[in-house]
Amino acid sequence: MNFRSVTMTVAAAAVGLVGLAGAAQAEGQFIPNLVYKTGPYAPSGTPTAHGFADYLAMINHRDGGINGVEIIYEECETGYKTDRGVECYDRVKNQHGGATVINPWSTGITYALIEKATADKIPLLSMGYGRTSAADGRVFPYVFNFPSTYWNQMTAVIKYIAEQEGGYDKLKGQNLGFIYLDHPYGKEPIPTLDILAEKYGFTYDKYPVPPAAMTEQKSIWLQVRRSRPAYMIMWGWGAMNSTAINEASNVKYPMDKFIGNWWSAAEPDVIPAGDGAVGYKGATFNGVGTDFKVYEDINALYDAGKGSWNREEIGGVLYSRGMAAAAYVVEAIRTAQGQYGNRVITGEEMRWGMENLNVTAERVEELGMTGLMPPVAITCDNHEGQDPAIKIQQWNGKAWEIKTDWIKADTALTRPLIEQDADQYAKENSITPRSCS
Amino acid sequence: MLEFWFFIEVVLNGMFAGTMYALIALGFVLIFKASGVFNFAQGFMVLFAALCFVGFLEMGLPMIVAFVLAGAIMVAWAFAVERFVLRYLVNQEPIILFMATIGIAFFLEGFGELLWGADVHPLDIGIPDGAWFVGPDGVMMVQQFDVSAAIIAGGLVAVLALFFTYTRIGRALRAVADDHQAALSVGIPLNQIWIIVWAVAGLVALVAGIIWGSRLGVQFSLSILALKALPVLILGGFTSVPGAIVGGLIIGVGEKVAEIYLGPYIGGGIEEWFAYVVAMLFLLYRPQGLFGDKIIERV
Repeated sequence: MNFRSVTMTVAAAAVGLVGLAGAAQAEGQFIPNLVYKTGPYAPSGTPTAHGFADYLAMINHRDGGINGVEIIYEECETGYKTDRGVECYDRVKNQHGGATVINPWSTGITYALIEKATADKIPLLSMGYGRTSAADGRVFPYVFNFPSTYWNQMTAVIKYIAEQEGGYDKLKGQNLGFIYLDHPYGKEPIPTLDILAEKYGFTYDKYPVPPAAMTEQKSIWLQVRRSRPAYMIMWGWGAMNSTAINEASNVKYPMDKFIGNWWSAAEPDVIPAGDGAVGYKGATFNGVGTDFKVYEDINALYDAGKGSWNREEIGGVLYSRGMAAAAYVVEAIRTAQGQYGNRVITGEEMRWGMENLNVTAERVEELGMTGLMPPVAITCDNHEGQDPAIKIQQWNGKAWEIKTDWIKADTALTRPLIEQDADQYAKENSITPRSCS
Repeated sequence: MLEFWFFIEVVLNGMFAGTMYALIALGFVLIFKASGVFNFAQGFMVLFAALCFVGFLEMGLPMIVAFVLAGAIMVAWAFAVERFVLRYLVNQEPIILFMATIGIAFFLEGFGELLWGADVHPLDIGIPDGAWFVGPDGVMMVQQFDVSAAIIAGGLVAVLALFFTYTRIGRALRAVADDHQAALSVGIPLNQIWIIVWAVAGLVALVAGIIWGSRLGVQFSLSILALKALPVLILGGFTSVPGAIVGGLIIGVGEKVAEIYLGPYIGGGIEEWFAYVVAMLFLLYRPQGLFGDKIIERV
């Protein structure tokens, strides 16, 4: 092969690739997902990823896509590691004509991507994880963390405890315990808890768990056994949760006084502790189980052999959360299409769709997901949603049972804190907050 | 008085934890003695062995059959490591062997996940998990599980210590650790020694995996338990089986006492690094560790 023929071959290949890229741009709405199905955190990451994938596949299977635009879904494995998450983002952001929205599924990865995604004009949906102050859309135009944040979750958990005790005034003089992953995620709600403690007159002991030692918590639970806090609140992740629940059971701590946040209350957290976990409670913003109308369509997907997982494993807490995230993404795309036309939309247009997302209770009912996901209404300046709330669920030894109705967060307390933190971020990064008026 | 009993409870819990650390550390010591290399894959061997055991149980096999099969897999694994990795690295620098164990670790993690999936597998082998309440008014609680686990771990450590101290294999092992070529020249079959020691380390990993898995469920985080063995090894010496035991107890008790009595004054969560501080303080006086071989090299 001479130089000329080599040149022609390369040129032909290049033309072919460009053609393919062009075709790819038109082929559908690309939704990548940064998943972690391997490594120590896989028990939590796997169901979430399958819930997300199945909902999108169901939309393609049932409706042929979103208003005729087929969804292209791809996963990139992060192992829950920030460096690999950033690498994944760089790998997928320009594929298939460009990513519509990125779900990092990790507070660390979200933090690392805020500047990059903003520059690339690709929205991040960090649904129910950090960074909390990204709820301020004036400073974080491309980051969304609906339907609630860690700070608001903490106010709702304290509200639930107050209700259990007979009112906020009953909290006065009580001592609580806060066990948390010694990591930015675990520490996020501490300023809020400090303010709540001062406001309602209770005290609390902090029990940090170093990430590298999360499976060895004996000394913490010995202290708990000695001080007997009225309630224990947990902000944990991965094996820290199951270890804590196991140790709490070992020291005979009353499990119905032990409340995990929404990342500390799924099946992988309680199953290893066996019967000892019965009674353990957790916050959640999504329902659990398969008794929702939407599962008729999910079952049809599995009947057609297009489900992504083992059928008997669907319906758990994290699978449901993955479905809820996908449902919000699809609704935001519909909103954007309402503005820009029923075609493939860009990341920038998706941002508009997310910022104008209004999933009403009626719409949730139409989706067959009442009780499975909360309604949300997003605005330019509020990327968390207007009415963040949680439910409390309890493990009965076989399944999670929802025990409360929606418990509304104290946004009057947290919103000024969010804006204060966002303003600080803006100052440190020389960002001029945009006007949302 | 209550504080006194609480202190005893803390020390006891530290000793129980220390015995478990010693069990993990033992796997490192065995391989270090035979090849002079720190086996990065030890934590993953714990995970893999436990996954095999629980996997066989979930297939409906009786516990003893599952244990024998998982043990057999760990022995086969030792053959494979010798045949496909170590055989080609005889007389190489320790750092080369260390790098090879990193590769083995990644392979084992992926292979385990491929075979058994990434789910959390609950494991109940019938170890009692109640508690005894002792002292005045039952003020002190002793977990039955911890006592059982400490007895199993302690017994295994004692048997291995005797085995490697008083048998021909034990002596051959020490010779191999000192100098591969010299050991070969006096007729010690290096390859066989490596297979034996990797197999024994695999069986130790199986026991450690079953005990820890009974507490936490068999899950991928078991592999990070290996980190808990590092300060034990530094303190006890990389080449000493008794060192692993004593080191484990000192680290276990030290970190628990520090976390509870010192932690509240400096923010808590200190036991992770405190173990290394204890190890470092010992190293200032005994660089080879408490029981490690003192190396004298002539110039």
